[in-house]
Amino acid sequence: MDISWDLLLNAIAAGLLLGGFYAAVTAGVSISFGMLDIVNIAHPAFIILGSYIAYYFNIKYGVDPIVVSIIALPFFYALGAGVYQVYYLSFEKRGQESLRGLAFFFGLLFVTEVSLILVFGVDYRYVEAAYIGPSIHIGIVDLPLRMLVPFVVSLVLFGAIQLFVTKTFIGRAIMAVSQDQTALQLMGVDPIKIKRIAFGISIATASVAGALLIIIQPVEPSVGREYIGRVFAICVFGGLGSMPGTLIAAMLLGVVESLTATFYGPSWAPAVAFGLLLLTLAFRPAGLLGR
Amino acid sequence: MNTAKFSLVALAVGAVVMTVAHWMHVDYLYFASYTILQFVVLATAWNILGGYCGYVNFGSAAFFAMGAYASVFMHKTYPLPVPILILIGGVVSGIVGFGMGYLTLRLRGSFFAIATLALSVVLQTLVVNWEYVGGSRGAYVIRPETIEFAGITINYIEYLFGLMLLLAVIALVTARTIERSQLGFGFASIRDDELAAEAAGVPTLRLKLIATTLSGAFMGMAGAPFPFYIGYLQPSSAFGLEYAVNSIAMPMIGGTTSWVGPLVGALLLGSAQQYAIVTISSAVNLLIVGLMLVAFVIIAPNGLVGLVQGWRRSWRKP
Repeated sequence: MDISWDLLLNAIAAGLLLGGFYAAVTAGVSISFGMLDIVNIAHPAFIILGSYIAYYFNIKYGVDPIVVSIIALPFFYALGAGVYQVYYLSFEKRGQESLRGLAFFFGLLFVTEVSLILVFGVDYRYVEAAYIGPSIHIGIVDLPLRMLVPFVVSLVLFGAIQLFVTKTFIGRAIMAVSQDQTALQLMGVDPIKIKRIAFGISIATASVAGALLIIIQPVEPSVGREYIGRVFAICVFGGLGSMPGTLIAAMLLGVVESLTATFYGPSWAPAVAFGLLLLTLAFRPAGLLGR
Repeated sequence: MNTAKFSLVALAVGAVVMTVAHWMHVDYLYFASYTILQFVVLATAWNILGGYCGYVNFGSAAFFAMGAYASVFMHKTYPLPVPILILIGGVVSGIVGFGMGYLTLRLRGSFFAIATLALSVVLQTLVVNWEYVGGSRGAYVIRPETIEFAGITINYIEYLFGLMLLLAVIALVTARTIERSQLGFGFASIRDDELAAEAAGVPTLRLKLIATTLSGAFMGMAGAPFPFYIGYLQPSSAFGLEYAVNSIAMPMIGGTTSWVGPLVGALLLGSAQQYAIVTISSAVNLLIVGLMLVAFVIIAPNGLVGLVQGWRRSWRKP
């Protein structure tokens, strides 16, 4: 077979960079769905909200999108904690999370998307920063900074979360609540408070992920829907609640998508994640590193 | 009331609606009420799986679009009358529903929901890449002006309206029959406590597959006449978000435990939207539906039907 090595290597490199970014996008869902068992399908909508906040401050005041997203972290954390409080009082407490809880998040997804359409319209928006445009060449491989910067930021974010959940008290409490809520309660920790903190962190990651998204590609309000399949495919494929698994799965999906886009055409890329999700559910529902 | 009697009454109501509509003789009325009836079918179909079994399907748009694209495909390959296309659309979407269910329903409920959410994106990708049914450009389906029906010439839009009315009646009768049958009790046991149901010997997987297939089939049937109604079918209109959100919002707002809920929800929300599309923008209109969905699941978990039942109870014992 006559495959051009140039093309193949570049596709793999691009895929790895893309995968790193997917890891940042999935980190939040890995916490909410993987650890807390909250099926937050509205997560991509929060990411798009993050993109638009980065866009607004970038265009209006010329602030770097990543800086904006870091300043916005506390607000996203508060938003997440608030959403969890409503979710807990209305659904989790009454044991209705499976049907109505899902419908609630679906409604949130929808309301966020339509509100963004009403405020910003359906045009594609993009940000401006010094690293959008140039690229580094290593041998025959091209590494555009537009992809490399999000890749690095997302690895930092991912590492920080991994350190937080394994080394700090609250992080360990989050892991504990995902394993046995009653036992945690018996140890004198309020599981609801821990879950609220964890959900707040999960939504806070959406701020950074959103800024990275709008650096990588122009954004319009319905872009988030493409990420629902990807995010949950990565989360399930990596193994629920496993951060290293999520990272590996994100990289794999990035590479496979990039190869598909290079050799079959970019319009087929969205189907890859879904195929992966179905295959995982059919053959290994526990995922790569799942327990 | 037994099923036979109920079917007769439902058919009679349908016939009255048809006669009144014919007598009023306004084409716009057909266009508007066709959409509302289409939502009655979609909401009822969603409720067979969502309301009775407690499994959330976010992919209503995908099943709807499968029916619509099955019609486009047949129309290009071998033109058939619309009632047969409705059956074909039902079979195609039913098979997709069965396949999806078979792969994901053995796991926790949330996996099924996530898979259906992703299904729309993937099927849309397939259709966009499939040139034969128009690809991303869309496909024209030329609708005849009139149709000969038992020697009488009737307007084609009236014909489509009549078909959708009949479909709505069939869907409602099916839902009501399920509710009162052993099947319905099996569904309810899954919704309330699947583990206990399984332990008590209820064949949960088989029942869930029946519900998914039936629900998908009705959604496909609702979509099959859509290309003829709209005349020009684009992937973005067939996979429109309004189908996914409405077919969840309508039963949730009406009430999910009985066949009345989706009907009430679809009639209310459907008419309100028809009115709102004319008077305000369609984005604001969708925003209102979304907000109502969120408000209802938080404040009135059993929908309007639940609210009415609650009031009745409090009236009886003051």
